Amino acid sequence: MSRRPLVREVPPTSWYFRHPRYLRYMSREITSIFVGAYCLLLVVGLQRLASGPTAWEGFLLGLRSADSIVFHLLALAAAVYHATTWFNATQKAMPIQIGEDFVPGNVISGAHYVVWVVLSFAILFLVGVF
Amino acid sequence: MTQMKERLVQLEVLRYNPDTDTEAHFQRYEVTCYEEGVVLDALNKIKADIDPTLNFRWSCHMAVCGSCGMMINGEPKLSCHTFLREYEGVIRVEPLTHFPIERDLVTAPDDFMEKLKRVKPYIIPKEDKPISEGEYKQTPAQLMKFRQYSMCINCMLCYAACPQYGLTPEFIGPAALTMAHRYNQDSRDGGRKERQEVVATHEGVWECTFVGACSEVCPAHVDPASALQQMKITSSIDWIVEHMIPGGKK
Ligand code: SF4
Ligand code: FES
Repeated sequence: MSRRPLVREVPPTSWYFRHPRYLRYMSREITSIFVGAYCLLLVVGLQRLASGPTAWEGFLLGLRSADSIVFHLLALAAAVYHATTWFNATQKAMPIQIGEDFVPGNVISGAHYVVWVVLSFAILFLVGVF
Repeated sequence: MTQMKERLVQLEVLRYNPDTDTEAHFQRYEVTCYEEGVVLDALNKIKADIDPTLNFRWSCHMAVCGSCGMMINGEPKLSCHTFLREYEGVIRVEPLTHFPIERDLVTAPDDFMEKLKRVKPYIIPKEDKPISEGEYKQTPAQLMKFRQYSMCINCMLCYAACPQYGLTPEFIGPAALTMAHRYNQDSRDGGRKERQEVVATHEGVWECTFVGACSEVCPAHVDPASALQQMKITSSIDWIVEHMIPGGKK
């Protein structure tokens, strides 16, 4: 008589359909593709800039195409989603204890949003938007 | 005395008999339970009135022993803490995923127990002192530093929720790693270096990709995900000190 415990396999490629929270996780992971692609675009831009004015003008023209604008909008949405989920997670990774109490989580996450806004404005200021 | 209201409950329970079955199958039951009842009550009623062969574990019926964990409509839950009134229609009850099924709803917890042992979940005193010198004292603030992580009831719901554990069974996993963190954070403990040999490895915290499911399902609000992320940070700091700061190597 065999008394084997039954081992159930986890489907290696479709497990994330098993629960909405896994899909949420995967959507966060997928945003990194857009963030990565945008970094690549910046590197290509630098390379064009180094190859002279005609290459650079061509690059800028490419950026104005409809495809490019769609990509930028998608990348922006992905980056914002990635950043917010990250900021919301910081309160778990970096709790601050003062005496017997912990600083409320939303204060820690909130501080990250504040730094984000300040840095964004600083960069916009440096590139001469204001 | 007011009459307690009753409701008809339909359950679909996954059955597996290791002596005769090669596959598990669902069996449908119908029982009348008190409106205020929990899923465990329904199972006990089935066992008492309908089918004495149905197997499941439980002990305390008050969410402290951690033995009644099962999948209820696909969600890892303590069956003694899951109210029937929160469900419409047929309730699907399965054993915890990611663990081998011993029989019906009973799973084999051996892998988790083994892993728990590996993180040395006990105080390794900083310095041994004779009993005559009295107890190791701790302030309330020092207690608060780890208290939340000491609330684990070893129910293994977090392992059933964690896709990384399902995909990579070598992963030490949420509750065991959280236990390591609990002792590392304890002012009386000096065992962190020993535990790092298990914690700061691929099978340890670096297998965690922060899905966060463990913390969502934990019935004791332990928040294992937070413990693991904190250990990733301290392990990274260790690495930087060791490899990038001259003279930092220990
Ligand atoms: S961490 Fe929470 S879910 Fe995991 S075993 Fe402990 S009590 Fe259960
Ligand atoms: S029976 Fe003890 S936790 Fe449910």
